[in-house]
Amino acid sequence: MSITITLLIQGLAFFAVAWLVMQFGWPSIMSAIETRQKKIAEGLAAADRGQKDLDDARANAHEIVKEARNKATQIVDQANRRSNEMVEDAKGVAIAEGERLISVARADVSSEAGRARAALTQEVASLVVAGASQLLKREVDAKAHADLLSELSARITAEAR
Amino acid sequence: MAAEGPHDMTGYIKHHLEHLSSGEGFYALHLDSIFFKLLLSLVFILIFIGVARRATAGVPGKLQCFVEMVVEFVDGLVKETFHGRSTFIAPLAITIFCLVFMMNFMDMLPVDLLPAAAHHVGIGHLRIVPTADLSTTLGMSICVFFLIQYYGIKHKGLVGFLTEFVTAPFHAEGMVMKILLAPANLLLRLIEEAVRPVSLSLRLFGNMYAGELIFILIACMTLGASTSSGMTYVMAPLQFISGFVWTAFHVLVITLQAFIFMMLTVVYLSMAAEHH
Repeated sequence: MSITITLLIQGLAFFAVAWLVMQFGWPSIMSAIETRQKKIAEGLAAADRGQKDLDDARANAHEIVKEARNKATQIVDQANRRSNEMVEDAKGVAIAEGERLISVARADVSSEAGRARAALTQEVASLVVAGASQLLKREVDAKAHADLLSELSARITAEAR
Repeated sequence: MAAEGPHDMTGYIKHHLEHLSSGEGFYALHLDSIFFKLLLSLVFILIFIGVARRATAGVPGKLQCFVEMVVEFVDGLVKETFHGRSTFIAPLAITIFCLVFMMNFMDMLPVDLLPAAAHHVGIGHLRIVPTADLSTTLGMSICVFFLIQYYGIKHKGLVGFLTEFVTAPFHAEGMVMKILLAPANLLLRLIEEAVRPVSLSLRLFGNMYAGELIFILIACMTLGASTSSGMTYVMAPLQFISGFVWTAFHVLVITLQAFIFMMLTVVYLSMAAEHH
């Protein structure tokens, strides 16, 4: 057996079919493969993106939580400070008020005491006058001894002070 | 020339249908079938294992994509058909499909090409389509036959497997009817089991043998042609057209036959694993 026209025609027929397959079968297989590759690539990219987004979101959330915690701490600090201030303020006000009340009371007391003393002086003076007049057994002439009496009264008053 | 034609043709056809073999009678080895089957198996293994080893979870290459598509296709079919759990059946099906397809594909090559080449290196006979050799197809179907029995025993246990020989396909109520139906069941079952490998192998062999024979007959059109004969100029285009048409048509046949061989194997195995 050697190379004959039969073999040549067989070869031609074979290549014709191969050409046919190349022309019509191959592209569809290739496009299916390429579509699949593209889909896989897209899927992987999407997964990567998703992962990255998730990481970003996580970092972001972490940041926000940290910030919020800081802010909360700050607020609590501020509130503490403020409350301390308020307590201090209130203390100051209370002390001032107390002092005021005390001074008012003192003033009251001293004016009351002055009044009482004056009344007492008056009474003592009149008692002294009454006693003296009794001792003298006679009516003290208020007119005649007015100077004496007032001097006495003044002295008592001075004494009482 | 015309007078010599028939004689030449007979010789040509006979020559093409003879195996390269060693040994006589029962011990004859079809070396060509063995060689091409081993060669194609090697190609299959190299491609698949090569792809598997270089397989990436990222964007696959075109070859990996192709292999993945084949694997997914066959795996889907197996999942649909075989309901048991098996890690073996899908790889078996892929191997059968690819290997039978590749062996069938040898039929596409010009029928004189490799034999002529072999002739030049001193090999007188060569048949390049292993599946057009009954030894190959029967060998494969006998393997499938033993797998069927193995799966039957594995899924039903030895007792269940053996009782099914006498209780199916005719189911009976009561002991008497069961005993009465047992011989018929046994007979049918034995026939069924025997027919499976035979039909499986003959279907593939018949298709491929006929395909090869038609290629040979088409080749006969210009056999011993000479430029001086007017017939040559008629027969040459005719041979080209019929060769082209038959090759194109045969592409479908070889794919279909590979698919059928694989599908029937899976179906038989799933039937063996299911209770009747």
